[in-house]
Amino acid sequence: MAESNKELLVRSVFKRNPIALLVLGICSALAVTGQMSTALVMSICVTLVTAFSSLTISIVRYQIPNTVRIGLQILVIATLVILVDQILQAFYYELSKQLSIFVGLIITNCIVMGRAEGFAMSNPPIPSFIDGIGNGLGYSFILMSVALVRELFGSGSIFGYEILATVNNGGWYVPNGMLVLPASGFFLIALLIWLIRTYDPEQQESQ
Amino acid sequence: MAKAKEHPLKPFYSVLVLAFACSALVAAAAVGLKPYQDENKSLDQKKNILTAAGLFQQDVSVDEQFGTIEARLVDLSSGNFVEDANIDLTTYDQLGAAKDQDNGREIDPATDIAGIKRQEKYSLVYLVKDGDRFDQVVLPIRGKGLWSTMYGYVAIDANLNTIRGVSFYEHGETPGLGGEIANPRWQKGWQDKDLYDQNNELAVSVVKSGTQSSPEEQAHQIDGLSGATITTQGVDSMMQFWFGDHGFKPFFEQLKNGGLNG
Repeated sequence: MAESNKELLVRSVFKRNPIALLVLGICSALAVTGQMSTALVMSICVTLVTAFSSLTISIVRYQIPNTVRIGLQILVIATLVILVDQILQAFYYELSKQLSIFVGLIITNCIVMGRAEGFAMSNPPIPSFIDGIGNGLGYSFILMSVALVRELFGSGSIFGYEILATVNNGGWYVPNGMLVLPASGFFLIALLIWLIRTYDPEQQESQ
Repeated sequence: MAKAKEHPLKPFYSVLVLAFACSALVAAAAVGLKPYQDENKSLDQKKNILTAAGLFQQDVSVDEQFGTIEARLVDLSSGNFVEDANIDLTTYDQLGAAKDQDNGREIDPATDIAGIKRQEKYSLVYLVKDGDRFDQVVLPIRGKGLWSTMYGYVAIDANLNTIRGVSFYEHGETPGLGGEIANPRWQKGWQDKDLYDQNNELAVSVVKSGTQSSPEEQAHQIDGLSGATITTQGVDSMMQFWFGDHGFKPFFEQLKNGGLNG
């Protein structure tokens, strides 16, 4: 795997998107995509955690005994997630209230763990860091796309600014109730995966 | 991986070192950021009290706006103000008190219509002053909705009957349906509704959106949320509980002679 840093960064956004190709990290993609602002904060948090956990794990990769490596990876990831959570609570209280338990659940986000185990354990620190950012961006791309559809048609707004005046606020638009429920994320992610794999047939799994 | 055979103690040793480093980091962050987090929490609470009272302004500092508000402690069973120098009102943890053996009580399931299981002995109330006289009082309420316990404040006029406003600061109801309890537009519908009828019976209710009723009834009826029947029922039960005999009614009785300014 001799890819340049730029390739590492870009490939995970589209060609090897962690959600669309590897189908990792679905759980949080369903939970926080009801509004674009929460999806954005979640994206930033996951990107930071993935990048720094990959960096840290890559630095100490020779010191990590094979037998306990998963435990140690989780330890590093959990530490970073708690730090992010504490910082959010201290400086972005409103957002941390909306994200509540989902920030804590980044620990169980398969992307973070997947990159630590699959890439950082066998690559030098700088490429690992960039790979982490790339995967975070890939995750963000899907999250923001799903959130755009869900917020626009589920609540009639984008980033909280009203685009379609909803009936609840005295307008004309009857919001699509299904889109505010997490399950609708399943359908949207499936549609996105379909779209991406039709555009780029290489990503299709062989029968 | 072609590596030399590991020393059997190496896993213990490396886990120990890493665990120590990580816990030091986490502890430092938790302790270092605590003052900011506490400040955020109290600011958020004050903001919600101001919102319920209809006084909140976006561009004025919250602490400055809160200057006209006086927090007092009320004994819920007798309705009297509590004068206890040992209790610091700025740090009084009301929800913690409800869970406490000495400062809270278990609610008899038959009367626990709000579904909160335990209730505190003393509740905070916020008296809003307008010059020398009291203008309104903001009371904390909570109760179960469809998915979650909903926490809010209700502002009552100095006549101790008319609702001036409401705010909900924490809930986990369905976004777009029950979650609309946080929508200021819906909360406007609470204004000028009366809690009690002429016989001083609790008459306020949160009804299904669009219910037809007489003008006398309408004075007590708050329009519910369409598409959120159970949340609406939860809000209704919460009002029945907190403004009934186990809630703030005794407090109102004590103050009744001459209202808040008596």
